[in-house]
Amino acid sequence: MLNQKMSKWLKKNLFNTWYNSILTLVCVWLLFFAITSIFNWIFNQAQWSVIAANLQLFFVGRYPSELYWRLWFVLAIILGLTLLTWAIFTKRISHRFSGTLSIAWVLSFPVVLWLIGGGLGLEPVDTNLWNGLLLTLITAVVSIVLSFPLGVLLALGRQSQLFTIRNFSIFYIEIIRGLPLIGILFFAQVMLPLFLPIEFRIDRVVRGIAGLTLFSAAYLAENVRGGLQSIPRGQYEAAKALGLSAPLMMLLVILPQALRAVIPALVGQFIGLFKDTSLLSIVGLLELTGISRSILAQPQFLNRYTEVYLFIGLLYWSFCYAMSLTAQQLEKQLGIGKR
Amino acid sequence: MLCLAHSTRYILLFFIHMTPIWYNRKLWGILVQIGAAFIAVAIALVLWVNLTDNLQQLGIQLGLDFLNSQASFDIAETPIAYQPSAPYYRALLVGLINSLRVIFFGILFATIVGIIIGTARLSDNWLVRKLSLIYVEIFRNTPLLLQLFFWYFAVFLSLPKEGNLISLGGLLQVGARGTVLPFGIQFSPEISALTLGLTLYTAAFIAEIIRAGILSVPKGQWEAAQALGFKSILVLSLVVFPQALRLIIPPLTSQYLNLAKNSSLAIAVGYPDIYLVASTTFNQTGRAVEVVLLLMVTYLTISLVISFTMNLLNQTVQLKER
Repeated sequence: MLNQKMSKWLKKNLFNTWYNSILTLVCVWLLFFAITSIFNWIFNQAQWSVIAANLQLFFVGRYPSELYWRLWFVLAIILGLTLLTWAIFTKRISHRFSGTLSIAWVLSFPVVLWLIGGGLGLEPVDTNLWNGLLLTLITAVVSIVLSFPLGVLLALGRQSQLFTIRNFSIFYIEIIRGLPLIGILFFAQVMLPLFLPIEFRIDRVVRGIAGLTLFSAAYLAENVRGGLQSIPRGQYEAAKALGLSAPLMMLLVILPQALRAVIPALVGQFIGLFKDTSLLSIVGLLELTGISRSILAQPQFLNRYTEVYLFIGLLYWSFCYAMSLTAQQLEKQLGIGKR
Repeated sequence: MLCLAHSTRYILLFFIHMTPIWYNRKLWGILVQIGAAFIAVAIALVLWVNLTDNLQQLGIQLGLDFLNSQASFDIAETPIAYQPSAPYYRALLVGLINSLRVIFFGILFATIVGIIIGTARLSDNWLVRKLSLIYVEIFRNTPLLLQLFFWYFAVFLSLPKEGNLISLGGLLQVGARGTVLPFGIQFSPEISALTLGLTLYTAAFIAEIIRAGILSVPKGQWEAAQALGFKSILVLSLVVFPQALRLIIPPLTSQYLNLAKNSSLAIAVGYPDIYLVASTTFNQTGRAVEVVLLLMVTYLTISLVISFTMNLLNQTVQLKER
């Protein structure tokens, strides 16, 4: 019975025509070849000691080891909040707590930065020592959080009736979108200090985040604009008929609908930003890619490129894939495209 | 007399019932714009003063005259004649041509691979479908920079240097010295790794665009074409694909623009494109403002040319309604 079902499935999905049969055989052969050589490499040729010896560098860089408890604490806070959010989304906890939870997320942000960076009673840790995956996550999250309001403002500015504001927004968005990110990061590292007073020097990490934020805001603005354009005119008219002023109309009626419609595009943007943090290694920051390059520059780990790049590739991949899975779940929960 | 009194009454009434000036939306609009323009000018002025102060302290003047002085650095790949004694503008021109080469080949190959993977995503063969999905998920979800490092350091530079080069279907051979085509045309490992990386990364995105485009064509079109007796490959190429192009071209354009901008990651593998040459120029001369402006003009021009060409193409595939 099962056998019959299986042969039927095989016939339908793999061997339905002569060229599909050939295609299947070629694929199976390629797959066999690829899998055996990959396994052979993983277990016989690869020298994983480069990963094992530098595990701390990959994850937290040169962060002082006696202060690791602070990072564990940060991890606990974020995991706890994520778990609660997930529980609310799957309706295991009543929806009434979602407001409290949003406030908790917002409050956790400065607390986390305080725990990592120190100050105010905690021993300060210089940003030079924030490396590896830790720095990748910090730069990605901070740039996402900062670029979001900037992007929404730019999108609204682009839609504005006011001549100067509209044209300034268009100018900014189009210039930034026409430039490669590496050029903007170069600008942020080299030019930003030139534009500030001589006695004022900003941190390298902050400059990197500034570059990412300026870049990402322009792309976010275009995504949000797509959402704004999808709102029918009747919504604006209805809001005005209710006597709402222009800012209230945007805040209460238009933006919630517009942002909801573009959640998939926004998550795609955030995934892109997460991947783009790797470019910070070119301007000299030791985030995940940067620290890998400095590990590979040590003489005892010469030529261990494949092992290191595959390992950090897997790390990047897991985060990006997790984000895209969350986006799909979110889309289902919010019923985008259904209502 | 009566008439005058009448009109005075109306004028008085007009003034009494006029909406207060602070409810006038037009006035507010103008005031906000003047305020915004004032703030923008003030910020620009402060930044400019800071910039001139900083440059003065560094002993740098503004101006493009430095382009005529001797570059005195070597460039590994020179499609046009170049020596270190040549001026900076010549070096930047070499970089520009190198960039254009990579962008051209990248767009060409990424489109071909993208179309193949995109159609494979919709194949009726289960294995082909799953393999192409794995391809897309791997290449889309890892940073391009990392992929470039991988192709250059872990693949190209680890290949045998000479003698037994790896042959791919007898068409081309790859080794640590780069790619060799038949008739002895040779490409350096830098341009090979960069083109390969850009192609495979962008192709993953193009594949998803192609897939969405094909899916957007109504099922009736497939059935009608099949009813006319077309084989499925002909249905795809003659009936479905031309219609899908309408949906495909706008997002495809932005992928081409991304590829052009991403070609600046050549710096990761040491391929002398415009960005690498420009940043070498900056390191030698310290002319940050001019170099950034030059880069901006170059990339904006490249972007404009690509958008313009794709818009022309887009017009030809639009539905022509009678």
